[in-house]
Amino acid sequence: MQDDQKKKLKLKVSAIKEGTVIDHIPAKNLFKVISILGLDSIENQITFGTNLESHKLGAKAIIKVTDKFFEDDEINKIALIAPHAKLNIIRDYEVVEKKVVEIPDTISGIVKCFNPKCITNNEQITTRFKVVAKDLISLKCKYCEKITNSNQIRMC
Amino acid sequence: MKKDLISITDFSKTEYLKIMKLAAEFEENPNQDLLKGKVVASLFFEPSTRTRLSFETAISRLGGRIIGFADPDSSSASKGETLHDTIKMVSNYADLIVMRHPLEGAARYAAEISPVPVINAGDGANQHPTQTLLDMYSILKTQGTLDNLNIFMVGDLKYGRTVHSLLMAMSEFENPIFNFIAPTVLEMPEEYKLLLREKGIKYYEHKEFTDIISAADIIYMTRVQKERFSDPIEYEQVKNVYILRNAMLEKTKPNVKILHPLPRVNEIHTDVDANQKAYYFTQARNGVFAREAIISHIMNVK
Ligand SMILES: [Zn+2]
Repeated sequence: MQDDQKKKLKLKVSAIKEGTVIDHIPAKNLFKVISILGLDSIENQITFGTNLESHKLGAKAIIKVTDKFFEDDEINKIALIAPHAKLNIIRDYEVVEKKVVEIPDTISGIVKCFNPKCITNNEQITTRFKVVAKDLISLKCKYCEKITNSNQIRMC
Repeated sequence: MKKDLISITDFSKTEYLKIMKLAAEFEENPNQDLLKGKVVASLFFEPSTRTRLSFETAISRLGGRIIGFADPDSSSASKGETLHDTIKMVSNYADLIVMRHPLEGAARYAAEISPVPVINAGDGANQHPTQTLLDMYSILKTQGTLDNLNIFMVGDLKYGRTVHSLLMAMSEFENPIFNFIAPTVLEMPEEYKLLLREKGIKYYEHKEFTDIISAADIIYMTRVQKERFSDPIEYEQVKNVYILRNAMLEKTKPNVKILHPLPRVNEIHTDVDANQKAYYFTQARNGVFAREAIISHIMNVK
């Protein structure tokens, strides 16, 4: 990306004084990220931009949350749907820390078990998985013990 | 903390050995009033007369009382009650729950919400751990050991939950060798072969059901179940591939025993039944002693 393009992109979403900027979210998963992080039910000021150009992702989204600093296990929940997400921690308009998301060892909720005969797909139960592989994600269901592979992942 | 038995791997090797020892004690002396005054719920959300009778016999021989249902039509589940609510209700009444359910993971979920112990008597194609423990007891009784055995598994090794659980349990013992005989579409899944490789356990795969069985100490036959196939043509192609006949046992070892979780369809010819190497009917009888052992262990009365 050219420098002037970068500058334009930055201008599309206004800067914040204190808080967190979550960048490199695949545009199609923006609203899932918002709901997983519970951003739809907090009082903080939030701005977001979507369908922004990204060479890596095609179309990306960015979220800026004022006065909000996420715990690691809170933010890692989005790793499955936004594995390349980058966090910029902002203090007094300056980026003071950068973070990447990490896929956690266990996942509760968020993802459905691929097995139609699994109890979690037939009754109101929070799914629980052990992450057995992180590069090409594969999840072992705590209940039916079947493996859900990265190409079978569907969100709850 | 309460003990549940949902998957065979919930028990340690020490617990396997304890169950084996207790099963032998119950075979010597099957009627012991260890569950006197206790109520056991037997919940069969899917009918299975064989498994239910085996459990209910075990409970009765231990002096326990049984409540529950034998098929989903006579349960509250048929009125649309959730598994959650049925388990919550039943665990108010019973000291132990034995359950069979057509959905996979149902028993693990029930164990999570039940304050009383849960024994899985089969959850869909997933787990059936008491079958595995009675298989192990049958192997121990006939071979005198669970170490250094050459175990042949024949038929549906892909969907057959009993062979997967038996493989996992036997891989805890010394120096087993596994031989898998199955058509390509029903091969042992990679995850189990990987587990054996990681433990340095030898296994061999075969397509032909031939003289190779002469090396076997145990021949574990399985039924090819129609309901496991999504493609009916695939089922027709493989259903009659491997049939064990008496003549095939001529060159086998004198100690070899034929095991089968039952019911069989046609995979063991009836001419095998009279051979002293056929063990599947005694194996079913061992189920009662193994289940008495499992229940007493879970209920901390032995
Ligand atoms: Zn599942």
